[in-house]
Amino acid sequence: MTTGTRPGTDARTRTAAQAVDDALADGRAALVGYLPVGFPDLDTSVEAMVALARNGCDVLEVGVPYSDPVMDGPVIAAAAHEALAGGTRVAHVFEAVRAVREAAPDTAVLVMTYWNPVARTGVDAFARRLADAGGAGLITPDLVPDEAGEWLAASEAHGLERVFLVAPSSSPARLRSTAAASTGFTYAASTMGVTGERTSVGAGAADLVRRTREAGAARVCVGLGVSTPEQAHEVAAFADGVIVGSALVRALAGSDGGPGGATAAGALAGRLAAGVRRGGGAAG
Amino acid sequence: MTRTEPVPGAVVGPRLQDAVGPYFGEFGGRFVPEALVAALEELDAAWASARHDPDFVRELDELQRTYTGRPSPVTEARRFGAEAGGATVLLKREDLNHTGSHKINNVLGQALLTRRMGKTRVIAETGAGQHGVATATAAALMGLECVVYMGEKDTERQALNVARMRLLGAEVVPVRTGSRTLKDAINDAMRDWVANVDTTHYLLGTVAGPHPFPTLVRDLHRVIGVEAREQVLAGWGRLPDVVAACVGGGSNAIGIFHAFLDDPQVELLGLEAGGDGVDTGRHASSITGGAPGVLHGARSFLLQDEDGQTIDSHSISAGLDYPGVGPEHAWLHATGRARYEPVTDADAMAAFALLCRTEGIIPAIETAHALAGALREGRRLGPDGIVLVNLSGRGDKDVATAAQWFDL
Repeated sequence: MTTGTRPGTDARTRTAAQAVDDALADGRAALVGYLPVGFPDLDTSVEAMVALARNGCDVLEVGVPYSDPVMDGPVIAAAAHEALAGGTRVAHVFEAVRAVREAAPDTAVLVMTYWNPVARTGVDAFARRLADAGGAGLITPDLVPDEAGEWLAASEAHGLERVFLVAPSSSPARLRSTAAASTGFTYAASTMGVTGERTSVGAGAADLVRRTREAGAARVCVGLGVSTPEQAHEVAAFADGVIVGSALVRALAGSDGGPGGATAAGALAGRLAAGVRRGGGAAG
Repeated sequence: MTRTEPVPGAVVGPRLQDAVGPYFGEFGGRFVPEALVAALEELDAAWASARHDPDFVRELDELQRTYTGRPSPVTEARRFGAEAGGATVLLKREDLNHTGSHKINNVLGQALLTRRMGKTRVIAETGAGQHGVATATAAALMGLECVVYMGEKDTERQALNVARMRLLGAEVVPVRTGSRTLKDAINDAMRDWVANVDTTHYLLGTVAGPHPFPTLVRDLHRVIGVEAREQVLAGWGRLPDVVAACVGGGSNAIGIFHAFLDDPQVELLGLEAGGDGVDTGRHASSITGGAPGVLHGARSFLLQDEDGQTIDSHSISAGLDYPGVGPEHAWLHATGRARYEPVTDADAMAAFALLCRTEGIIPAIETAHALAGALREGRRLGPDGIVLVNLSGRGDKDVATAAQWFDL
């Protein structure tokens, strides 16, 4: 596998773009797994992220728990609430990124965060600390490129990737501007709604991926509503990456009927990783 | 809406009244999921078109006159004024509007816009229930489906308004996340909106949120100040020295302030909910005790910790119990055009009782914060002073809270 370099940072930092490209070269879509830092506690969250990496996640989304997560459904919102109640701080996020990078150097680590924790920390300071910890960049669910001037500058200065979202409602002009502002990949929200498991991935997801590519996006990964190996397989047929969040959080919590914990989250990641292989059936 | 003639002493040049967003200075903007941007652009365009459409303006004006009961009168509170240093205290009577508060001004305009955009469902958030009741009312009037999100804690302290909303045909959803108050109701309303934006308009109730809401809601409330300015000039021969209003999100305050923004001789005073006192940490004074940040789609002042996590607010008034404030207020604060000061629960309740007993008017507890500010200002100005207070709502909904406070 290739590793990239960037100015002034750890030469071993692996980017999301590289991780997705390597997966595609391997004849499959990339698997992107989300977990929030500090749920159910800091050590277990890091252990679970490492388990995801070792069980086939090419990219990890390390979530910053936030008090007002309007893009998240009940599973992730409750996990964030519990993480904050347990004392999770922004500083722990950088610790988690560093720990995961050391344990799983072949996995790209993006931080998923609402904007205010970044703004409050200081955009440049946040970027510098993330780069120092070996993070690849940020996914920003409530920051659109129109408002992202400070982040565009800081991400350039620190060599970080910017993952912006597109939605089924995005106009062609917004698809173009968002694709142009995104590096790493563009995050296509499969459906109009918040995070959470759904019985079917939005029928418009394939169309959105096609339109986003036509708008200039180099890599398009699909999230929102993907929870099973079968859905991952279905999405992998048309997207460059498959993003799973709530189902992994539920597995970690044991609230899906299983035993719970990092091992359970890792096991689900393994089944999802089998699912993202193109052609053939989804291994369960 | 009519534009009043400038008076001598008014500023010359770019008018503060002309600010339209998306930014007010460094405040405002549109910090939202991409999924909502198209709806915000649609709303922005719909309002830009509607506000200049004679048919729309005529329909809204007729509703204001024949349904809301505008113009609302200005009442001189003589016995209350005697307690306020002998100053002339004037009450802009938004409490006499249909549904009992200023909230109806905004709701009728946005409900008309909802219909104009071809949407059939409205959602709203509410704290004290005034905005929820107003939204349920407009939805009933115009045949729109209506869902109101309300913090579970607020459904308990505002049970009367919950019943009113249900009588009007709205579904009231108690929100059990976070602090179970207004902030969390907004979060759930935004989640609903992201999922249902094709058919649904988010009928936001205050001058917060992403552009164009702060501008749109202000435009629909500026009638309060336009009327009051004319009424005070006509009845008392000059402009007031101070215009006072309570500030949670800030909709009634911006509504009455706006017509006076370019009258520099008029002091604008926003009274925030000081709760147990700003020093105690248990309050809802976003400007006095907060810092700039992003919440609910806009950059403004908010109560937050050093990590940018929102701090739970506290106020005896459910309607002011919100950790943020509209961006135009943040701008008026930053430029010094308006002053923002906290009023404690205790001072607000003292002013509440005083108005009841001196004027025969039971105000909303929100409004009582503005009345406490008027007492301070009247005592500062003395008998020659004129203080105009926006009596933003009536207090029927707050009778249980007041009875408990005063041990009645």
